[in-house]
Amino acid sequence: MEIPEGLRYTQDHEWVRADGTELVIGITAYAADELGDIVFVELPRPGRKLAAHEVFGVIESVKTASDLFTPVAGEVVAVNPDLTGAPELVNGEPYAGGWMIRIRPDDAAAADALLDAAAYRAVIGG
Amino acid sequence: MSLEVEQTIAAARVLIPLRDRGEEGSLGARNAVGPVLQPTLAETSTPGRRTDQVPHPPADALDGIPAAHRRAAPPALPELNEPGVVRHFVALSKLNYSVDGGFYPLGSCTMKHNPKVNEWAARLPGFAGLHPLAPDALAQGTLELMWELQGMLAEISGMDAVTLQPAAGAHGELTGILVIRAYHEARGDHDRTEVIVPDSSHGTNPATASMAGYRTVTIPSAPDGGVDLDALKAALSPRTAAVMLTNPSTLGLFERRIVELLDAVHAAGALAYMDGANMNAILGRFQPGAAGFDVMHYNLHKTFSTPHGGGGPGAGPVAVRAHLAPYLPTPLVVREADGRFRLERDGERPGSIGRVRAYQGNAGVLVRAYTYIRAHGGSGLRTVSDDAVLAANYLRARVEGAYEVPYPGPCKHEFVATARLLKEATGVRTLDVAKRLIDHGFHPPTIYFPLIVEECLLIEPTETETLEDLDAFADALIEVAREAREHPELLHEAPVTAPVRRLDEATAARHPELRWRGMTGAETPCPQ
Repeated sequence: MEIPEGLRYTQDHEWVRADGTELVIGITAYAADELGDIVFVELPRPGRKLAAHEVFGVIESVKTASDLFTPVAGEVVAVNPDLTGAPELVNGEPYAGGWMIRIRPDDAAAADALLDAAAYRAVIGG
Repeated sequence: MSLEVEQTIAAARVLIPLRDRGEEGSLGARNAVGPVLQPTLAETSTPGRRTDQVPHPPADALDGIPAAHRRAAPPALPELNEPGVVRHFVALSKLNYSVDGGFYPLGSCTMKHNPKVNEWAARLPGFAGLHPLAPDALAQGTLELMWELQGMLAEISGMDAVTLQPAAGAHGELTGILVIRAYHEARGDHDRTEVIVPDSSHGTNPATASMAGYRTVTIPSAPDGGVDLDALKAALSPRTAAVMLTNPSTLGLFERRIVELLDAVHAAGALAYMDGANMNAILGRFQPGAAGFDVMHYNLHKTFSTPHGGGGPGAGPVAVRAHLAPYLPTPLVVREADGRFRLERDGERPGSIGRVRAYQGNAGVLVRAYTYIRAHGGSGLRTVSDDAVLAANYLRARVEGAYEVPYPGPCKHEFVATARLLKEATGVRTLDVAKRLIDHGFHPPTIYFPLIVEECLLIEPTETETLEDLDAFADALIEVAREAREHPELLHEAPVTAPVRRLDEATAARHPELRWRGMTGAETPCPQ
């Protein structure tokens, strides 16, 4: 299962990628595979302030529906517009075209406290 | 007709190649059973074709309707004769699998046989022909039946009052939680904003809490499958409005610590809601109201045997203890001192949350459930549950070994098995097992629910199956497990005997086409 180096991860299977002063957030290939075929992703409006661990959206697959959790506190600056018409991007390219939200973190260093690839690999027993 | 539709129809008409399993399990082609999909009524429409026995309106029928309110063109309705319509629907019905056609062990759904005497009763003209707005004086028979049914459901649940209005289980849940909200509000207790549900709950429980304006707090299950008492106590707070429990749980297990659980809920000032989906396990054995639950809903269509799923509407009556009765939906059926029956009048019970459905609910379902209850009587209903529990335990004991049973020991009316080890050994998943069961002639059980058991099957045989039927199903499940180890390709390809193979659920959910668009423009066959 693909777990790219250089990203940060959470116990809830979100990934975080630093991009300048902003953070891009999605779910891992493992999570997407466990959920099965994704059919719907509900995302927040840009401008919304999110606390750490707050539910920022909902993801639905043919099997189940699941909450999406905010890895670090911040303000939503953009959401992936492509997921409305093509939620399957989350299955196909979870770390690229399947990204979900872009936030401006309250604390620029907050993501450093999240799991690295090796620690996340241990979480999923890989 | 658009090219796209033509292609779809052409594809649908192609005989689906079936494969036969030979003596050695080899795969060989065999002829299909026939064209399994058929054109829609619109596609078989022929201009001018009709059945003339139906009286047509007079030529001047439209004159009384102002021109501005008439449609510009006649509606695009297909034109067929009566035999064509009848054959269309009979052909479709032959593609269906129903409990009248075979065993249907869909866990949590209680697909028991629907006794035909229920249908006789529901079709009696006095019930079937009654206008929903008939004055009470003309509806005494129906009102009496409803009043008696309210009493029976109160007695069975150990509760004090019952509304028959909700149209289904989830609707009953919403009604029950709105009643709880009204109770807290009436006491000036405005700070309760949370509803606690276990992670094994039906998905409708958290959905209900959200619909009623509450925040859902999910607590984990204990290793034995029951509610984790410590987790519940930790989650309870002055913000807790209610705890929603299913007993027996969705794992088919009776909650052993029910008294402790309910004491903890009430000590926090919260109310206890029981999801009654699994009442078929406990009729005459366990009264939720007597145990301390404050409110529950029934699924009459499950427990009291009315057709459901695709087969008909449901009914989700809500039973409450006395302290919640003031808030039940209005109108209830009441009996006057002189023995006459009537509906409550507007404003008679000012605390009521109001109507939750037009008229008096799905009255035909109420008649069927009443008939079922009267046909069995109290001791008969207890036997229903005893037999349902016996059947589930028999099946559990028979398939244990071929499949892993994660919560061993006696179950109630249903049990969870898992194909987890099969998946690790063969790559065959629970979905494949379910699809292969179709080839063996059975409706698959519920799969991938409850969510807390990996690769699970939730099997509920109900009390209406014979020992031979139970054995045949157990044999099939065991045979499928053997096939998975010896010929996994059989399971990956299954089903091969069904009218359609594996449907593309993902595309259906991602890009639903909910309208047939073939009849537009010049192709529209309108009667002129």
